[in-house]
Amino acid sequence: MEKRYISKEGLNKWFNQIIQSDKRLFAPVQKGEKVEFKRVKSFEEVASDYIQTTQSIKRVAFPRAEVLFSYKKEEKETTLQDFNPDTVPETVLWKIHPCDAAGFIPLTGIFNWDYKDKLYNARLAKTTMVSFSCQKSDNSCFCTSVNGGPGNTAGSDIQITLLPDGGALAEILTPKGEALVTLAPECFEAEREIKKEDYLADVPVRFNVKELTGKLASSFDSPVWKQQSERCLGCGACAFVCPTCACFDIQEDAKGSTGRRIRCWDSCGFSMFTLHTSGHNPRQQQSQRWRQRILHKFSYMPERIHELGCTGCGRCSRACPVDMNILEHLTSIAQQSHE
Amino acid sequence: MEVEKITNEAPGVKTFRLKFKNEEEGNAFEFHAGQFGEYSVFGEGESTFCIASSPTRKGYIECTFRQAGRVTTGLSKLEEGATIGFRGPFGNTFPMDEWKGKNLVFVAGGIALPPMRCVIWNALDLRKNFKDITIVYGAKSVDDLVYKDELTEWAARPDVNLVTTVDPGGETPDWKGEVGFVPSVLEKVAPNSENTVAIVCGPPIMIKFTFPVLEKLGFKDENIYTTLENRMKCGVGKCGRCNVGKLYVCKDGPVFTRTELQSLPPEY
Amino acid sequence: MNKLIEKATSLLQEGVVTKVIGYEEGTEKPRPFFCEKAEDTSKLIYNSRCINNLAVYLTKPELLGTGKVAVVATLPTLRSIVQLAFENQLKEDKLVILTVTDSEEVIEFAGFAEIETYLKDFKLKIDQKEQDLIDKLEGMSKEERWTFWVEELSQCFKCYACRAACPMCYCTRCVVEVNCPQWVQPWASPLGNIEWQINRAMHLAGRCTGCGSCAEACPVGIPIDLLTRKMMEDLGEEFGVVPGQPNKNGNVLSTFKPEDKENFIR
Repeated sequence: MEKRYISKEGLNKWFNQIIQSDKRLFAPVQKGEKVEFKRVKSFEEVASDYIQTTQSIKRVAFPRAEVLFSYKKEEKETTLQDFNPDTVPETVLWKIHPCDAAGFIPLTGIFNWDYKDKLYNARLAKTTMVSFSCQKSDNSCFCTSVNGGPGNTAGSDIQITLLPDGGALAEILTPKGEALVTLAPECFEAEREIKKEDYLADVPVRFNVKELTGKLASSFDSPVWKQQSERCLGCGACAFVCPTCACFDIQEDAKGSTGRRIRCWDSCGFSMFTLHTSGHNPRQQQSQRWRQRILHKFSYMPERIHELGCTGCGRCSRACPVDMNILEHLTSIAQQSHE
Repeated sequence: MEVEKITNEAPGVKTFRLKFKNEEEGNAFEFHAGQFGEYSVFGEGESTFCIASSPTRKGYIECTFRQAGRVTTGLSKLEEGATIGFRGPFGNTFPMDEWKGKNLVFVAGGIALPPMRCVIWNALDLRKNFKDITIVYGAKSVDDLVYKDELTEWAARPDVNLVTTVDPGGETPDWKGEVGFVPSVLEKVAPNSENTVAIVCGPPIMIKFTFPVLEKLGFKDENIYTTLENRMKCGVGKCGRCNVGKLYVCKDGPVFTRTELQSLPPEY
Repeated sequence: MNKLIEKATSLLQEGVVTKVIGYEEGTEKPRPFFCEKAEDTSKLIYNSRCINNLAVYLTKPELLGTGKVAVVATLPTLRSIVQLAFENQLKEDKLVILTVTDSEEVIEFAGFAEIETYLKDFKLKIDQKEQDLIDKLEGMSKEERWTFWVEELSQCFKCYACRAACPMCYCTRCVVEVNCPQWVQPWASPLGNIEWQINRAMHLAGRCTGCGSCAEACPVGIPIDLLTRKMMEDLGEEFGVVPGQPNKNGNVLSTFKPEDKENFIR
């Protein structure tokens, strides 16, 4: 890992070099009251004063909808056209938060445990992540409670910590990060005496994640699930804005004798997620589905692939139409005493 | 895959014999009893069925399905010679090697005979490996029994004890088998639980009443096997649909012992 | 607020209802609250920040249970209740419907008819920000408007929060969840998203009561309530439809009578 200093002008220049290259760049952009990741072409488009984007940026590796393969039927024969990894463009994610970069870790875990997902891996391989450490946070953030933090570098290729003079501390963490630096190496000056922690937001720890996991292990029959989920509407907002949710559906886009097999986002919160064609539904009630969401992220995933399914970004809480504040719910479970 | 042969088993239920379009692929293809595949109808989608033929028989695989939704309706419309897609084999297997030298008792109901049929044929093809083989199979009515020809074959074999039954009211005047629900017929047959493995597959209601009977007969939970059905899409442990507790039915199952089932949350 | 809390407490203590569905303070704004114990009624609040439409819970049998349920209804919720009652989705004898006036008086309605009468005194309100956007759209040409919606709806990722928050979307199987045949594609794509919203506007035509819950629920901030609202306005002009006052002849676009004219079918 290399530490360098980059000035305000240096940042701008390096940014422009990336834009000039063959890589496409996604950055947070202000859109009305919300900030979203968009493809940008100039430094001025990048948003500056906000806490968090509404959606995560997982769609660069795991798109909302993608074609798995296409087919053509001619009489009794069918020919298939598979996904071509060479069509994936080089992508740079600019100014993502540490919680976003860290979100790709459990996502990669799911897509690579046992069978390795070709499409996800092809997309991720062509993605370079430039995260900016956080100087602000709000009541919905809880990265420090789930093994993360405002200056956490897990998953990032380069991390930028903005300084009062407009310049930044640049931590170059991986070979991909190094490659990105070579686009404007003169912008990266020798490292200076910079104490990174001085420039980070203060995100208080809200619950002990080990205690939480422990409580969850014996909570399956607890009435807390019904109590917490009464107002849940069963939409997919939380799962879709989440950087680590990976559940998907496979659909058919058929047009006569040609068609495509599509993979698209799905949510364990939808009532039809586990519905059998026979009509039997193992999770018929919303409380069972809410329980599945929490247990999957905080109990099953850690046990199975040794990763927490949450980075504390708080997007689900902010996006939920009925304020299913996940931090509130988790804290309440962690503080429960065994009856 | 090409649909080589279609058999009408029962109202709405068909068996497809599928051969690989690429002969080399077909010869190299291997699977074990208990595994399933994802069968594609191009234009409709994919559906999950167990591989209902035995791994001892090479060059083809078979699947049996009931017409219920979009994909199975699409399958029902196909003719011999049509092309479908196949992904597999997925899932874990029945540990037939561990069962060598034991007695086998198969208990199945209705459309749940197909997942068992691959094990049954596998066992019969390697008959010397096992001691007594008992099969208790029932359906709602005589018409609903699947693999009728094979049932006759099994009944005729001296080394198999086959007991077929239909639900009360489902018998025809010339029905010679038992009349009664599968769990009660199983109790009547009362197979010996010593050195025996029980393999059970059927609708949830049948399983619910069969387990207590097996318990009564002295079967231990680790010797009772079943195969679960869950809504599946990817078949490889990614889409999350078949996640029950920390397991994925498509990867850690679909074959489970009763001991394993009891450690799972009741979400299947 | 005290009168509301008093009322809720007495309803629960006397066993008249098993729960009171109202609002409590949430993280940034009020949120739905299911009050089952008399000692929790102090959490109930009611003010102009309470914008969730609670009528959406009244068509969920697993939440209502078998007993009576009370609901603290704002004006938009009351309009939805009247429409739902008209569509035979609610049982009058299983509900206690309350509202709170500007002078903090609690009204307990005797029945759906009384709610309809009460609503006649209130006009549908549109806040300034929405009105500005409506004026902007009205000033656009047809092509400009199409471009606006294509851009807005390309953001949609089909989470169906709009459907989940809408009290009128109570179909046990939505058209997008039917796959034999697949009428509307369920996955996100620019034209597919437009298809879905047009579908919603059509299915809600004459039924939408303009509560704005769909747009409020949308996590990416697409002003989709403008589409259903425009439909509501058009139907007001063409058929005299007024939200909260169901047309006794039936829903404008979803009622069929054998004597309907068919001379347009050629």
